[in-house]
Formats: sequence, C-alpha cells, structure tokens
Amino acid sequence: MQLANFGNPVMPTGPERAGMVAYVNARLLDPATGMDEPGALVTNGGVIADVGPSLFNDLPPATVDIVDCKGLVLTPGLIDMRTQLREPGEEHKETIETASAAASVGGISSMVCLPNTDPVIDDVAGVEFVARRAREVKATKVFCYGAATIGLEGRELTEFGLLSDIGALGFTDGTKAVANARVMLRALNYAKTFGQLIIQHPEDPTLAENGVMNGGEIALRLGLRGIPRIAEVMMIERDLRLVEATGGRYHAAHISTKEAVEVIRQAKERELPVTCDTTPPYFTLNELAIGDYRTFTKLSPPLRTEEDREAIIEGLVDGTIDAIASDHAPHDQDSKRVPFAQAADGIVGLETLLPLSLALVHKGHLDLPSLIGKLTCGPADILRLAEGRLKKGRPADIVIINPDKPWRINVEEFRSKSKNAPYEDMPVQGRAVRTVVEGRVLHDELQ
Amino acid sequence: MTAAQKFPTFDFRHQHLLGIEELSADEISLLLDRSDHYAEFNRTDVRAPQILKGRTVINLFFENSTRTRTSFELAAVRLGADVINMTVEHSSIKKGESLLDTALTLNAMHPNVLICRHPESGAVKLLSQKVRCVVMNGGDGAHEHPTQALLDAVTIRRRKGRLQGLIVAICGDVMHSRVARSNIYLLQTMGARVRVIGPPTLVPGTMEQLGVEVFHDMESGLKDVDIVMMLRLQLERMQGSYVPSEREYFRYFGLDKQKLSSAREDALIMHPGPMNRGVEIDSEVADDIGRSAIQEQVEMGVAVRMACLEVLTCNLPILETR
Repeated sequence: MQLANFGNPVMPTGPERAGMVAYVNARLLDPATGMDEPGALVTNGGVIADVGPSLFNDLPPATVDIVDCKGLVLTPGLIDMRTQLREPGEEHKETIETASAAASVGGISSMVCLPNTDPVIDDVAGVEFVARRAREVKATKVFCYGAATIGLEGRELTEFGLLSDIGALGFTDGTKAVANARVMLRALNYAKTFGQLIIQHPEDPTLAENGVMNGGEIALRLGLRGIPRIAEVMMIERDLRLVEATGGRYHAAHISTKEAVEVIRQAKERELPVTCDTTPPYFTLNELAIGDYRTFTKLSPPLRTEEDREAIIEGLVDGTIDAIASDHAPHDQDSKRVPFAQAADGIVGLETLLPLSLALVHKGHLDLPSLIGKLTCGPADILRLAEGRLKKGRPADIVIINPDKPWRINVEEFRSKSKNAPYEDMPVQGRAVRTVVEGRVLHDELQ
Repeated sequence: MTAAQKFPTFDFRHQHLLGIEELSADEISLLLDRSDHYAEFNRTDVRAPQILKGRTVINLFFENSTRTRTSFELAAVRLGADVINMTVEHSSIKKGESLLDTALTLNAMHPNVLICRHPESGAVKLLSQKVRCVVMNGGDGAHEHPTQALLDAVTIRRRKGRLQGLIVAICGDVMHSRVARSNIYLLQTMGARVRVIGPPTLVPGTMEQLGVEVFHDMESGLKDVDIVMMLRLQLERMQGSYVPSEREYFRYFGLDKQKLSSAREDALIMHPGPMNRGVEIDSEVADDIGRSAIQEQVEMGVAVRMACLEVLTCNLPILETR
C-alpha cells in the first residue's frame, strides 16, 4: 500500500544562502570518521562544501569569508535526542523559540522533542505544528518523536507510518513508561514495518508509584517515599525479552542505575537491537544533592547512589551507553516552590549539556573524541539522521568548542524560560563559542 | 530595667525547631530540663512567668489534629501568648500552592511564632525559609515530629532517671512515622539503644542504615527492652496494602500481655496517641497504670512545648509599650 505522502518532513529551516565560509585553523574533530587533526572546513550555504587537513594549503580564495578558529575544536553540531519543549500547551515554561536560543548557546544544533505536550503529539497535525513553529523560529533544528500510544495513555498505538512519513524520528510515551507488556510487544512489532525506534522511559510504574526520590537511606531519613532502584532494571529486562521476541529496535532513555547498564551491556553482547542514553545529572550528581529537600534536584528517574553514578560513567566509557541527552525539562517556579513530593520532575539541561559532559574529559574518563561522539554521531546513528558528521555534502551544522575555558554556571543567564537547575555557581570547564545551523550563525562568542 | 530582661536566655543555636536530627545532646538536655521545670508549674496552681505576653503564636495546621494543636495552644497560652488557630483544609488539587501563599500572608501579619503541621515531608522547612518569625515543626509528613520525641524523652527520663544505656523498642509502622524518626534521632543522640519492630512492609531491613536494630517479630524484638513505644497504625495502611487485616496485625504485632512478657518486668509502655485499641495495642496493656506512661506523655506534651517556646523566643527583642 502506498502511504499518503505529506511531504514536508520535519526539516525546519530553509537555509539562507549565505555564500561560502571557510573555518580555518581548527582542530577538526569528527568522531564518526575518527578524524582529529588540524585543518579547515568550508560551508556553502546550508551544506558542508569541503573539509580536511590539507584544505587551503595555499591561501583560501578571496571570495570566501574566513573565520579563524584559533586552534579551537570544530565538531559537528550537537544533537540532543531528548528535550521537552513545552510548546504547545505550556508556553509559560518554555517555547520552541526560547529552547532554541538556549540550545544555540549550548552548542546544540538539533533537538528532538518528546511528544508530552498539550495536546499530545500523537497525530500528524502535532508533528506538523512543531515543524511549522521550528520553521518560523528558524533557529535550532527541531525534530520530534511521536507518542507511542494515543494520548500517552498506554493503550492504543498511534499511526506510526503516517507519523514517520512526515518526520517523527521514533515513538515514545515521553516521561511515562509503556507499562503494558502487550502494548509494548505490539509497538516493537509494528514499528518494524517502518524500521522505527521505540524509546522507553524505563521505570516500572507500579514499583515507582508515589515515589519521589531514590529508595534508600536518604529517603528514609527525609521521610520521602522511595522509588526502588530495581524499578528501572526490571522494566528494561522485560522489554529486552520483548525485543528478543520481536526484533524491534529499542532505546532505553536516561538510564540511571548500575543494573540497567549491566543488562544493556549484556544485551549488546547478544547483539540485540538495543541502544541507550543517559543525561548529565546521573553522572554529575547523586542522591545526596537533594540535601534539605531541594526540589531542583527532583527528576525522573531520581538521582541515584554514588555507586550508580560511577557505573553510569563506566557505561559511557565502555560504550554501553551510546549517547548523552540533555533531558531538558523546564519548569516554572510555581512547579518547584512546593514541598518536595509535590514538585514537578526535571532539570533544564540545554545550556549545561556540553560543559557537564566535558567534565568526563577533564576528569580523565573519556577522551574528547569519544565524548563528542556521544553528543553527535551517537544519537545521529540511533535516529538515522544525516546530521552529526563533518562530511562533504552534509548539513552545515557545526559547533566550535573551547574545551578548556573555565566559567561558572549562572542560572539567571540561561536563555531558557525556566531556570530549574541545581548547578548554580558550579565551576565548569569548556563551552560552545560558535554554533552554526545550516550555515547560519546562531551563537557567537568566538571573537 | 524592663520586665523582659528578667527572663533567662539559653545557649541554643537554632532559630527554628524543625527536627531533632540537627540538635546536639546539650541542646536536647536543655529542652528536657526546661520541660521538667514547666511540668512542675503545670501540676500546681502557680502560674508560669508570662514570658510570651504580648507575643503572637499562630498554629497553622494543614492536617487535622485536635490533640497536638490543643497541646501547643495550651503551652502558648500558659506562657501568656495570644494564640490564633488556623486549620487549612488540605485539598488534594491545590495543595502545593496554599502552603507558601498562606505562609507569606501570615508573615505579613508579623507573628512571633508559627507552629506548623503539614502532611508533606520537608514542608515546614520550606515554610521556615519564607517567613521571618520562629517556626516550630508540629510534624511534617513522614519526616520529623520533634516535640513528640522530646515529650517522650522527658517522660522516659522522669520514670527511668536517664536515657543513656536504655533499650527502646519502637513498634509498628516505623516506615511512615515521623514520630519514629524523631525518636530514633533523639534516643541515639542521648545514648540509648533503639530497636524497631514490625513486618518488613512497615519496617524494611534497610532501616538498619539509620543505626537501629531491625526485628520482624515481637518476641525477640522486645526481649530485655526498657521501653516499648507503640506507633499508631494508619487505617489506610491496612486493607491489604501493607498489612492484610487488622486482626492479623494485632495477632502478630499488637502489644498484649503475652508479647510484653519478653520485655523487662519494669518496661514502660508508650504510645503517641490516638490509640487504635485492638489493632496495635490491647486495652489491658494500654490502661495498666503501673506500666503505661501514655497519660503522662500527654501531660509532658504541654510542658515540652512551653520549654521549646521559651528557648526559641528567648532572644526576641524586648517588647515596648507606648
């Protein structure tokens, strides 16, 4: 059957034909090909015209704008495979425009948003709305996932085919797990028709019910209801059985526990079509950060133990964890200035994704190419995007990074509408100094 | 010399009384000593010094509790304070907003002391960050209930002469109990040994991380204990979610004469009230005048709250009258 062609995929921005720009004197870093050497890159309008170490051995032609990268790192623009944009429905927390501004500062050239908006992105109109708004804003590229089930209710599947055709990159119920095993089985099975990915929020909702932080000593002391750590691995283990039975492509989002890393490691050894990501809070903080009921540290899944934090780093190091996402979850003050148990889950992450991740390099866990891979070709490969590579003919989405620059996080400076992050005044190292999307400069502090 | 300067001041580092966990042994002893002091006033016709005359105390209760509220109210009144009672109906829909809004509204009225009870852990702490007056925690969620632990400690100290070295068993729904947490912190700080007893659904093995000994049967848990503290089992914990039924709970974890026989002969029985007779405690035991300290706990409640009010307000600027 020929599926209806709605044309117009979620390729939001019509590139400006800005002419040719040569980025010279750069450390070219492309984890997809292993390139890491001095060289230059030329963009022509919205695409990469050429790239390589021997480019402009002679002087570049006079017709080309020249940007001196001063030896800084030039990589593909970062791809954030998990953000919540709150538009439509909660524009007081964030909009596509403010999130794009935040993303640009963070070196992110592509975001993939969750369908947990209001209304839920579970039909063609929802995907088209996001695409249209992104075109109008004309900043960071915005892709989206479709809801796995109608209304995120965990019962009926959405139109995977039609949604894929207009650009949905995969299917997920966002911050809710697809809890019903039969529904998950069908989702994995049916998604195969279109080669699509199912992204799971891996948490058994019956075990997590009413829980507000990691189960354990701290929860006991604070008198807060705990979410047992096994709630995560149990859901993943169940899903892996279903993946094995169906052969469907499965991605576990924001994993946070040692056991989750272990079972995914084993699944990859068995060559199941499984990938996973994590997000900076899980390798930056542990449950002690909650302190005296700091609601900015409340997120889902919750901050775990120090042992888990170390295991997440290990998973990143050995390749079990494929990608790092921001898990950007903007919330207004009213959602956080309440007793801990009533506070909304989530942390804003677009502007801190890169510096917090770079800490893994500065602490010697990962080398820079491996880390950048988790932020570029890692997610691009999972989502089958053309972005995330420094390659002739690919979109001119690039970021210039000063990996060593020391600075302090100041949440008041966030471009995001919401400031809910527990990193106030945290010293970090490294940031994006220029972000380019399809040849357009969205953020520039290179000079 | 003004009248206010006659009242003593104390070495107490905290602006608020939010929990026992942050108190030192000296600070706890101070509060216990002052409680003893006020207990004597309460038993006689001598009026306590009116140290809170002209001060405003607000009882802000987001949970219904006639007993505790009355005890706080009486304590404040006996010290001469003007007391306002506010019970905020806790609607499940708008519960978050009302706390800070109410706090800011009350703060604008310049009370001297705000006594707050709230069903969410940490809520009273949050409130204390938003107001300028002294805040006393009248119980927050499953976190802390400091005045209850203090009144339990005064009661024990008066009966046993000490806290150091006693073996105290806390029995029942420890998991969800702020009374248990505050008592565990207090008793440990004062050198007592604490055991917790109950089914693993209410007393998980991980409780050992709090430095207590965990028992899942009354017989062995109560062996040689000096104090048996029973906790109230909330009715919603029954009906199959944490324990299957009242009668099964009573059979295995309710305190009756037979189970009590493993404790020391002079073991004291305590309960924070209100009691579910026939669920966690048998009337025969609860009403045994020789062994039950339950009425004395209520009595000490007023004295302890007077002591806390005194110590927390001793540094307030002197009131002037024009």
